Amino acid sequence: MSSAPPVSFFDRPNSYIGRTVPRPNAKKLLQGRGTYVDDITLPRMTHVVFVRSPHAHAKIIGIDRAAAQEMPGVIAIVTGPELAKVITPWVGVLTHMKGLKSAPQHALAIDRACWQGEAVAAVVAETRAEAEDAAEMVVVEWEELPAVVDMEAALDASTPVIHPELGDNLAFRRELVTGEVDAAFAAADHVFEEVYHTGRHTGVCLEPRAVLADYQPAEGKLVAYQATQAPHMIQNLLAKHLNLTESDVRVICKDVGGSFGIKVHIYPDEMATAALSVLLRRPVKFIADRLESFVTDIHARDHRIKGRIAVNTDGEILAFEIDDRTAIGPYSVYPRTSAVEANQVVNLVGGPYKHKAYRASTEVVFQNKNVTCQYRAVGHPVACAVTEGLVDLAARKLGIDPAEIRRRNLIPDDAYPYTGLAGLPYESLSHHASLDKLLALMDYDGLRAEQAELRKCGVYRGIGLASFIEVTNPSSAFYGIGGARISSQDGCTIRLDPTGTIICATGVTEQGQGTEAIIAQIAATAVGVTMEKVRVITGDTDATPYGGGTWASRGAGIGGEAALQAGKALRQNILAVAAAMLQAAPETLDIRNGTVVDADTGNERLPLEEIGRVVYFRPDTLPKGLQPEFVVTRHYVQKDYPFVFTNGIQGSYLEVDTETGFVTLLKHWCVEDCGTIINPQLVDEQIRGGVVQGLGGALFEHCIYDDRGQLVNGSMIDYLVPMAGEMPDIIVGHVVSPTASSELGAKGAGEAGTAGAPAAVMNAINDALRPLNVSLTAQPFTPESILLALGKVQAGRK
Amino acid sequence: MEQHDINVIVNGQKLRRRVSARQHLIDFLRNELSLTGSHLGCEHGVCGACTIQVNGTAVRGCLMLAVQADGASVDTIEGLSDSGAIADLQDAFHKHNALQCGFCTPGMLATAAELVEQHPNADREEIRAHISGNYCRCTGYHAIVDAIATVLDARRKAAGGSGA
Repeated sequence: MSSAPPVSFFDRPNSYIGRTVPRPNAKKLLQGRGTYVDDITLPRMTHVVFVRSPHAHAKIIGIDRAAAQEMPGVIAIVTGPELAKVITPWVGVLTHMKGLKSAPQHALAIDRACWQGEAVAAVVAETRAEAEDAAEMVVVEWEELPAVVDMEAALDASTPVIHPELGDNLAFRRELVTGEVDAAFAAADHVFEEVYHTGRHTGVCLEPRAVLADYQPAEGKLVAYQATQAPHMIQNLLAKHLNLTESDVRVICKDVGGSFGIKVHIYPDEMATAALSVLLRRPVKFIADRLESFVTDIHARDHRIKGRIAVNTDGEILAFEIDDRTAIGPYSVYPRTSAVEANQVVNLVGGPYKHKAYRASTEVVFQNKNVTCQYRAVGHPVACAVTEGLVDLAARKLGIDPAEIRRRNLIPDDAYPYTGLAGLPYESLSHHASLDKLLALMDYDGLRAEQAELRKCGVYRGIGLASFIEVTNPSSAFYGIGGARISSQDGCTIRLDPTGTIICATGVTEQGQGTEAIIAQIAATAVGVTMEKVRVITGDTDATPYGGGTWASRGAGIGGEAALQAGKALRQNILAVAAAMLQAAPETLDIRNGTVVDADTGNERLPLEEIGRVVYFRPDTLPKGLQPEFVVTRHYVQKDYPFVFTNGIQGSYLEVDTETGFVTLLKHWCVEDCGTIINPQLVDEQIRGGVVQGLGGALFEHCIYDDRGQLVNGSMIDYLVPMAGEMPDIIVGHVVSPTASSELGAKGAGEAGTAGAPAAVMNAINDALRPLNVSLTAQPFTPESILLALGKVQAGRK
Repeated sequence: MEQHDINVIVNGQKLRRRVSARQHLIDFLRNELSLTGSHLGCEHGVCGACTIQVNGTAVRGCLMLAVQADGASVDTIEGLSDSGAIADLQDAFHKHNALQCGFCTPGMLATAAELVEQHPNADREEIRAHISGNYCRCTGYHAIVDAIATVLDARRKAAGGSGA
């Protein structure tokens, strides 16, 4: 008699899948014993400080470094043309984004600066303070050029063209029409339209961008300690542009102090740092300071979207239409390009709904402000704000409850597989289950009753809902097919050491989200050992399988699946050896808690330590033909879909003070579906952190430029981010629809919070202000903008 | 550059050092003493990543000069960890996953340590207010508030249990 074999590895004894376990790597961080790039000191290390353009657009007439060169500690002062002898320029385009264009970009500007903050010279000194002192003595003679700042005017004939060789300021245009759009709008009982703005904002990683480049001339090797999400991508780019062999470049990424997409790109100053190390033949460290971060870390989300929705009187949504414009700065960012965000907006608008017609157009234009590129939940919060704003607008005009109009229009949970109107397949989504769960969690009816009661006393509270779809587990569709050497596959190498410890090296990276914990959980489960017996190695191109790293919520879904398959293969290999040692059939054995057992009875037969001892130290006692393979690598790439979509819905409850314009967030809810949950706590904390980044975009965060292209709030004092005092408690719930595209079934959870929060807040504010016949559509919703809308202050004041 | 001699106790160890008059305390700790646990996020006193304890009070390491620490006792995350003074906070942060990237965490713990010492009866709202000078970009704060509330509760119970 035998007990039924486990249905899947989830059911295995000592499975860690679905269990909250503390992150093994958190202890060192709690003791301040992590290793961020700035914590590393190398012998003969130097520091670089960049001289940056104070103008949005200006010609470099000359650079006088005579005085600076005399300053104590100065090692070298390098200009653009000098550095260009060591490093080649790049153009940030992808071939599958038809028509996308950009101009060659250099590590240091050659003859012209195209945004305030572009580096034009590098000062290398013994200490950071000395480099800063000397940088102040570098005199750049500028001839200021007209700056393109207004995205709406960027294509006008009277507007200067930033890169004359490109012909105009249009970087990319995409149009998409699905279904009978004009007919749908003509047939609809009602058409409602609105213009939405999403504010330009940025990631504000607490650890600034950082790289320590160490060129070792004797070996021709470059080691870059870099705070990055994609070490292998950086390895490729450094080799390519410094004319090095890729295997001679090693990128080491230890602890990273927040990234959120900001650190998934390569920046000119980072390229310059590596080039300086090659040039000077010694280590060079660059740590951006906070002011530099604001003017050079990628920005995002700067969109103006005209949106229309066609609806029938009963609330049935027939069609969406959007006209989007966004400005990306003077260059499309390398290598992922700056057109992806607009592309995502087109892909995602209307995503949760079952309408039949959709027209979208987007124009991506150049301007003389800092570049924009992919930041957490790329395009999602923009698309979600437009979609959910229009849905609420329709509900409001038609007198239908916001929850009810969603119930009538969300794609049914049994409709899958389903192809969205942007042409992308949805494997299996759970909008209705999520909506039901959210309304129950919120006590929606109770909140509505409370809102009505308080309104009688002049208290303006609002409830906002926002459904969304989320792109995760990307295939090669994002970058690979466009010619970028950014891996969509990932690998995991797992080995068994003599003591029964397993070491997992993975291509996905740890940015604090808990990658190392979930890889350990999956590997422990798949092999059959306890978590204490697992070590995880990430972030070293010399030591980990080639992979994509962390972006687009791919760590668990792609990296996790590779770990699962590697772990299972190692288990089989161990059992083959155990079977020989025990003279048993391998299929009658299993590994549980680090011990080989009889699969049927669970009786302990042989600890892994003993197998390790024999295999490594007494292989002479094993049968002659048996070759133990205790190092196993497996790779995984998601090939079934361009992306594995997930979904969710958020709810916001807030109060607007109509006297001061202040918004008080009272509570926030998010229900999402990330498929298989590996560690519930880590998922919840991803959602919460993401929600707060979304709330920041909705209420506070804004990169404000003046009409000369000067960032006027480039410090943490002036650029507001959410702090603990303004943030609400955030309740998280889940619906679980595992993806069938992998055995693990995990989808991503990194974007969900950020995707839906701004729309939920916008809808809640407008719900609160509904009795006053006011509605706001331009993020961020500041007290001033609310008072302006209420007519309590006048526009145009300085 | 003007130099000064200072006498300072760092994590319980008496030190005599010669420092530049303009050097910030945080640069002194990180660059001269290799105490890299405290981090620099903004260098103008807003983000709180460099928060340490000077004479038992939470202080921004980027707003204080090293010479101002002459005669003072400075505790960094390394010292607070090794002495066990904040072990319960660290355990609670670990259990609640009240950290992700960990960059803000040493500063957050220094601030939290001050709170649990000085405001043992703080409620959730007061916890949020007290840590409002410390940016966390990863967690959304909820778990941090949970962790600190847990410690306050446990310390109150322990104090009550001993009849205090």
